[in-house]
Amino acid sequence: MELARTIRSMPFTAMLGIVVIAVYAVVAIFAPLLAPYGEAEIVGAQFEPWGGAFLVGTDNLGRDMLSRLIWGARNTVGVALMTTVLAFLIGSIAGLLAAARRGWVDMILSRIVDILMAVPSLIFTLLALSALGPGVMNLIVVVAIMDSTRVFRLVRATAMNVMVMDYVEAAKLRGEGTWWIIRREVLPNITAPLIAEFGLRFCFAFLTISALSFLGLGLPPPLADWGGMVRDNASLISFGDTTPLLPAACIAVLTVAVNFVVDWLLHRASGLKD
Amino acid sequence: MLLDIQNLKVEAKTDTGWTPILHGVDLQVNRGEVVGLIGESGAGKSTLGQAALGYAAPGLRFAGGKILFEGTDLLSMSDRLRNNFRGARVAYVAQSAAASFNPAWRLLEQFCEGPQIHGTATRKESEAFARELYAKMHLPDPNNFGLRFPHQVSGGQLQRAMVAMAMACKPDLIVFDEPTTALDVTTQIGVLASIRQAVQSLGTAAIYITHDLAVVAQMADRVKVMRDGREVEEAPTREMMAAPREDYTRSLWAVREFRRPERKLADDAPASIRVAGVTAGYGAIQVLKDVEFSIPKGATVAVVGESGSGKSTTARVITGLLPPQSGHIEMNGQVLPARLQDRSKDQLRQIQMIYQMADTALNPRQTIRQILSRPLGFYRGLSGKAQTERLHELMDQIELEPKKFLDRLPGELSGGQKQRIGIARALAADPEFIICDEVTSALDQLVAEGILRLLSRLQDETGVSYMFITHDIETVRAIADEVVVMRYGQVMDRGMKSMVLDPPRHPYTAELLASVPQPDPDWLTRRIAEGAA
Repeated sequence: MELARTIRSMPFTAMLGIVVIAVYAVVAIFAPLLAPYGEAEIVGAQFEPWGGAFLVGTDNLGRDMLSRLIWGARNTVGVALMTTVLAFLIGSIAGLLAAARRGWVDMILSRIVDILMAVPSLIFTLLALSALGPGVMNLIVVVAIMDSTRVFRLVRATAMNVMVMDYVEAAKLRGEGTWWIIRREVLPNITAPLIAEFGLRFCFAFLTISALSFLGLGLPPPLADWGGMVRDNASLISFGDTTPLLPAACIAVLTVAVNFVVDWLLHRASGLKD
Repeated sequence: MLLDIQNLKVEAKTDTGWTPILHGVDLQVNRGEVVGLIGESGAGKSTLGQAALGYAAPGLRFAGGKILFEGTDLLSMSDRLRNNFRGARVAYVAQSAAASFNPAWRLLEQFCEGPQIHGTATRKESEAFARELYAKMHLPDPNNFGLRFPHQVSGGQLQRAMVAMAMACKPDLIVFDEPTTALDVTTQIGVLASIRQAVQSLGTAAIYITHDLAVVAQMADRVKVMRDGREVEEAPTREMMAAPREDYTRSLWAVREFRRPERKLADDAPASIRVAGVTAGYGAIQVLKDVEFSIPKGATVAVVGESGSGKSTTARVITGLLPPQSGHIEMNGQVLPARLQDRSKDQLRQIQMIYQMADTALNPRQTIRQILSRPLGFYRGLSGKAQTERLHELMDQIELEPKKFLDRLPGELSGGQKQRIGIARALAADPEFIICDEVTSALDQLVAEGILRLLSRLQDETGVSYMFITHDIETVRAIADEVVVMRYGQVMDRGMKSMVLDPPRHPYTAELLASVPQPDPDWLTRRIAEGAA
């Protein structure tokens, strides 16, 4: 009932966004079944044109472009999702703790975050990755830590608004512990902005990873990912071939779709009626 | 006739469509006349007041009727014309001046903004007019008053500056929406006097919206009583005050029938809570100075005073949220640890609190069942059947049907019902002592009376003691056994209700009592003559 009503009152853009995200999810999950060729399989000559055996041609090594786009959904989106989840775990726990405890806990956590945010994030990530060496785990951890600073700030601010409510004071007077207050009184009241922020941060993680791949510090080859695919085939642009724009378009479409959904969630969370 | 609202219908947007909130209301205002709108919350008085500016708040729409201002219909006017008209011909004064001023601009800048936009006066002229109005409103140093920022003046002064600003374009009509509700009684009287004088001397017409009968009696020439978006009755003020026609009006007039007889307490009655020589503050700011009083077992002690007098800070010290700099709190003769964290679970259980705003006192994401069962489980270890039984018992005690309410969220309850849940949460701990912090001041009169009756019945049943923090003398008269009068963080006077109040023993108590508006149209005039404002 509730779900049906929510769907009916949903604006067209949000609906479209959800459909697009669902398609991406299906492609990512069923990549082995959907892709005509293997991820790193060399199946033809370099830069074969569209049509024929290869629907959108082959890349600089002769791998099927369509297959790599499909596999790329799994890698790029999967890594971005894990990064975002990790960023949210770190950021929310630290933010909630800072808001609930205040005092020196808040002071230390906030200053650490200030320092991390003071360094341009792409440069910091590049430095950290060159020091640690590329690799999927390193990539996820470094990008997650950079992203968690934004999450920390949001969670801390929204949680502080809740912490001053009388019902939190009532819980303190009852003698409840910090974690109980965080879990039962604060968290349920900040989930709406958190969900919206999750969507946004996912987009940024996704873009950061694509950018890093383009710079050669993202997912290690031969893993297919969209940022790397743009770089690998970039030279085609000068010949008027639009193939390198395909992975870029995959990134763009998903980003827009997620933003549509996030906008709608934010709107709902803000409680505005029109 | 200046304003003629005919058969106005306004609807509000809900999840299921549009619901009417004004069902065809008429309102006429003549030049220079003050019309009072009175009613409980949800009566539609603010909606009607804003309609005089041709304005419907977000989520509302006009669904029918006419708003004629000097014969021109505001509803069929173009947006541009209506914007020119608002502010220049009709102005609006909101309840909270603090929220209506831009904190980054000086008062005078904001005063001159309207006349400049509407082109009704040059900058020089409006500055001179501002000084004239500031002087008329008895603001300090009227020549330089406008150079201050909003945070540099007191609440009462800011409200007067707001009224002055509304007059900047010399409008024909001003809508006052509860302009003194947020003020202390001693401040309110000065603002009321200023408003009345300014309105009279400029011959401005006004719509005065309030829920306080005594206030409307001072301000209005004519009063319209509203309820649930309909007019109940309308008559000249004196006529209505003397002989209201409708039952509903009479029920508003019958101010606080509930009066609990004062119980005489023996001098050596054991104290439930004793505040012993407490001095406390925040950082270097000292809020409480050597506060000393005690609350006898099973009695109600009202702590009265204006905002900033230290009433709530005293409560924070008692609960352990703010450890005192010196002095201590005793419960049943034993000294309590100063800090909340150092108190035992049983000590915490004994002291409970009920808050002013039931909206922020109940977690909007928890059902009533969750809210009430937590203290039962936490303090008593009750679960399963025993818990359910106690829950039902509690709901019966606060006169709410368990089946109907236990699984609702606070947002689905009315203000009075929410306050009852707050009471039940406190009772669930089986406390020795409950602090009631302005528990009735956010409620309509009839609802508030229900809460007071409930609290005193519960006291008879359970023997709990109350500390009743309030600024409202009527509440004190209704429920208290003893009274503590506070000002500037000090106890001015304390003792039995009758000894402190009738007649007032301390000069400050006398001032407080004399500032409470009376439902007598000549009260303000008399007080001004006595030199109060």
